[in-house]
Amino acid sequence: MARTVAETIKEITRRHLEENGGLLFGQCIRAVGWVNNSVPDCKNIVEFPASDVGNMGIACGAAVAGVRPIIVIRFQDFMWLNSSALVNYAAKSKEIFGTTTPIFVRALAMANAGCTHSGVLHGVFMHMPGFRICSPMSPCEYEEIWDDFMSHDVPMFVSEHRGSFLHTEEYVNTCQPADVTLVGISAARFNLAEAVEILAEEGITCNVAHCYWLKPFKTDHVLKALANTRMGLVVDAGFEICGAAQSLAYNLMWQTGKPVKALGLEDRSSGVSPASRNSTPSAERIAETVRQAFLEKAENQDCVGISDARMSGAGT
Amino acid sequence: MCLIRHFELHAAQAYEQKLTPGTVYLAVGQEASSATVSMLTPGYAVFTQHRGHSALLAHGGDPAALRDELLGLESGCCGGRGGSACAQDIAIPMYAHHGQLGESIAIATGYALASKKPTLAYFGDAAAEEDYALSSFGFAATHKLPVLYVCEDNNLSILTPIEDRRNWNVYEVADSMGLATANIDDDPVLIHDTVTRLLKSLPAFINIRTCRHLWHTGVGRDGPPEWDRLDEYRSKVPDAEAIENRVKESVEALWQEQLQRQ
Ligand SMILES: Cc1ncc(C[n+]2csc(CCOP(=O)(O)OP(=O)(O)O)c2C)c(N)n1
Ligand SMILES: [Mg+2]
Repeated sequence: MARTVAETIKEITRRHLEENGGLLFGQCIRAVGWVNNSVPDCKNIVEFPASDVGNMGIACGAAVAGVRPIIVIRFQDFMWLNSSALVNYAAKSKEIFGTTTPIFVRALAMANAGCTHSGVLHGVFMHMPGFRICSPMSPCEYEEIWDDFMSHDVPMFVSEHRGSFLHTEEYVNTCQPADVTLVGISAARFNLAEAVEILAEEGITCNVAHCYWLKPFKTDHVLKALANTRMGLVVDAGFEICGAAQSLAYNLMWQTGKPVKALGLEDRSSGVSPASRNSTPSAERIAETVRQAFLEKAENQDCVGISDARMSGAGT
Repeated sequence: MCLIRHFELHAAQAYEQKLTPGTVYLAVGQEASSATVSMLTPGYAVFTQHRGHSALLAHGGDPAALRDELLGLESGCCGGRGGSACAQDIAIPMYAHHGQLGESIAIATGYALASKKPTLAYFGDAAAEEDYALSSFGFAATHKLPVLYVCEDNNLSILTPIEDRRNWNVYEVADSMGLATANIDDDPVLIHDTVTRLLKSLPAFINIRTCRHLWHTGVGRDGPPEWDRLDEYRSKVPDAEAIENRVKESVEALWQEQLQRQ
């Protein structure tokens, strides 16, 4: 059977703890399913008390000592408390002190889990210097980012999503002549294929570019896809304003001169009741954003070349 | 205690029937602490954490608004947006918890400082480990604030017992900071006498050892509970059966009233 993302993380962790002398820190690690079955039952696991502010400092200290610790933050929202030592010490140590603090931060996200358990915060950390930031959603992506961590000496913020943990598949980027390039980040990537289908039925064709390297933002495949389309849309599972999607969209727009829109969560807190949720953009919301972008473009400029059948429909 | 128990058993049922859009944090088994403390603290402002239905009900909060919150309805105490972890009733006043473990301890402390009103902060044995919880105890001692900190100590952080997390006692730390402290079982009579004493010398910290019967979240059980204080008092209190039946019926009616509308 193919390996899931959770099994991949577990295996990487086992090797690190058993063979590299690595340490893993976290709260309630051994309880309730070992963090969605992503942590092995092996040596070198240190149970943290619920002291979220101090805990990160302790883990960073272990990184200074060279054991390349993994710290598990069960919900990304707890990063608000766990940030200071990471942002102000670990991420600055190389540039300012000439020392290294390589720590691997597993920050888990989850959809629709209420006002303080639904956060996707990679955008916040992208704002700060000194990290590598990624959001792997497949087994091979996870292996790649782990190898990257082991070959660099800076902290890595890994924006995981529980929605990916049982996935086994790898994601395929497309690069055909098409109307729009859809660029996906984190759990938003799960909705791209359906959005492509919805839009195809309406005569709008899409390329898909999956992004899991947020900092440095690895753009080669995105730029190739975008070169074959008129416009792009970056979709993220985090907040839209000042978030990863806006930041990457700006970057892509500047590099290509093509219009690239951003789509993420609305600017409001996410509640529990279905009506008050503020969720990862659905396939329908992605499709609607693309439709709107097309309409705007149709009004504002010459759209020859964008599938004609659809453009005539868009005008009605 | 009966009100909390039977309200929560209905909440558990609603959860099992998938009528709650979010999860539930139930205090079944832990009723004695808030039920007893509330008898001695009318008019206190109340802050709790995720397992807060019990405090809301004990302090006279509106059970219908709590029920509706669990059901995700606009008539809920947070408009259905907060869910189980965010029990509140401003009439008490009791303010909602937001999800960051233990932060309501600091918020309760600041409220007591500025309002000068007697204030209660309920929290668990894990929340008490949070850095800002410890600094709040110290702040309250320094400023002689009218706060009673109530640690509902079920010896669990999710499923991790204290011995796997630390080798020190929170009440001893609070004591060393100058708070009046106690560490007791959840026997209602004992709680009553201890809290009566502590309220005379706020700020104070009481650690009440409780027994959570159900899982951290949801309604699962890992076997029979170590003890059941409510059950114990069924045979100690005259008329216990009649009292419990009355409460049970009214809680049943409360839930039915809403569920029949759905
Ligand atoms: C800042 C922060 N860290 C971790 C958590 C995850 N978490 C939620 S409840 C909980 C355990 C709480 O235990 P305790 O305070 O003893 O209360 P109990 O659940 O036992 O009533 C943990 C670790 C959280 N919500 N917030
Ligand atoms: Mg506890």
